[in-house]
Amino acid sequence: MMTPTSPYTVSPTQVPGLPLRAGLGLKIEHFTQVLETCPDIGFFEVHAENYMVAGGPFHHYLGLIREQYALSLHGVGLSIGGEGALDREHLARLATLIERYQPQSFSEHLAWSSHGPVFLNDLLPLAYDATTLSRVCAHVDQVQSTLKRPMLLENPSTYLQHQRSTLDETDFISEVIRRTGCGLLLDVNNVYVSCINHQRDPSAYIDALPLHAVGEIHLAGFAEDTDSLGDRLLIDDHGAPIDNAVWQLYEHVLTRTGPVATLIERDNQVPPFSVLQAEARQAESYLSQVAR
Amino acid sequence: MSLQQAFAHALLTPDATCPEGMFSSNGADPASRFAVYRNNVHSALINALVAAYPVTRQLVGDEFFHAMASLYVQAHPPTSPLISEYGSTLAAFIQRFEPASSVPYLADIARLERLRVRAYHAADRQPLDQHSVLQQLQGCTQLGQLRVRLHPSLETLESPYAIVSVWAAHQTDGVIATLNPWYAQGALVLRHGLAVKVFAIDSGSVTFINRLNQGAGLELAIADALEASAEFDLHQCLTLLISHDAITHLHLPPKVSP
Repeated sequence: MMTPTSPYTVSPTQVPGLPLRAGLGLKIEHFTQVLETCPDIGFFEVHAENYMVAGGPFHHYLGLIREQYALSLHGVGLSIGGEGALDREHLARLATLIERYQPQSFSEHLAWSSHGPVFLNDLLPLAYDATTLSRVCAHVDQVQSTLKRPMLLENPSTYLQHQRSTLDETDFISEVIRRTGCGLLLDVNNVYVSCINHQRDPSAYIDALPLHAVGEIHLAGFAEDTDSLGDRLLIDDHGAPIDNAVWQLYEHVLTRTGPVATLIERDNQVPPFSVLQAEARQAESYLSQVAR
Repeated sequence: MSLQQAFAHALLTPDATCPEGMFSSNGADPASRFAVYRNNVHSALINALVAAYPVTRQLVGDEFFHAMASLYVQAHPPTSPLISEYGSTLAAFIQRFEPASSVPYLADIARLERLRVRAYHAADRQPLDQHSVLQQLQGCTQLGQLRVRLHPSLETLESPYAIVSVWAAHQTDGVIATLNPWYAQGALVLRHGLAVKVFAIDSGSVTFINRLNQGAGLELAIADALEASAEFDLHQCLTLLISHDAITHLHLPPKVSP
């Protein structure tokens, strides 16, 4: 068996990280309310790219909120699965943000989003074969050595599959984690969305993942459409409450992993803060059931 | 063509079919699922433009703006993952976009809105407090040589149209009373504290501020401002800058020995 190529052989769950509680995505709509009411939230998560600006309100508010809360920095633009080299300028911007805010966690996606000079602003599906595997591992290694910390890699939601794929998504993810020592950001909604879209059993998908490496969980809502056969086509739009089926799958995950920092994601049709807080409380009630 | 190149091409090209080599496990037509990716890409970018250009959108209506933004997205997809910078060339696109020519000030409104986004995210720099600005101005024996450094968020714009009046008229709900856009107006955009502000200024003030930003001393900046507009009012312009904490530094140039 090959030894991991990365210096990060410690499981991310053993590194002091996010509190084992529910957190919320920090939305600009809620900056002042968070500062004025100091809600009891386990942590906040922000999209790294939104804070790659020189100054102004974003840094002002995040600086104040960071003084009081744990922080997860979540990248959406690194294109880790891209055919080309990683954008070094973008990596340098990430390093600067991490230096400034000292987040408890940094995560990115198992997807690609840039090709050549064009940034497509979406998380696009990868062909799971040996070529992609070595490329993704090299990119994860580069990220971890540049940022000098282990990262979490998020499982994707997908609508189509590549004929070129020779590995199952779960095997691909397991191998990246084994080779690079990165952790898993287990997006339970993505699991559900992809499994419905590709006719897989979500519980079996979960059970095929290296659950010891889970450093954070994402929960979100999806939109529903149909494909040319009239079959359900779920779309990961972060614009709705978390579906019951996803809550059930989350409960299943927790029985396997024990408590894990859990983020409620809502990026579209952002409701009042109290609505998100209620979802966070619901997640914490599941977390408390598995607390050891 | 590589796999991702073909995929990217199909995402951005109008009416392109689903790239080859993709399948749905239930046997559904891959095109019906590729449409989700295409829609995600286009709608997210159009929404980014909608958020950054609210008055531009109001001036032409939702439908027109969406159609125009959609063409812009196809012709000018982002080249950076920093979506706050996306659309910086929309004004130039509008300028050449024939269907928008019936609203001749549309491109300049888009330019103004871009300055507002830039000011919002511009670097932070501690302003001089108003008292110490006045003290330094009054105590300076070589006032004409004084260099004035302005806040990084501050930018100006000149237009043959009354862009600030048009923009301001769209900041409140309700019916817009008769508005005359057909006269030249300058704009000053800056961030005061956390709030981005827009002021109408005359062409003399635009010249004055731009010359200061280029490093000219007060005397030269004033002379150029008066040349641009005989009605340039130094007192009014300085008051505007000082009262909005726009001055971050005052200094004399280093002495050059003869």
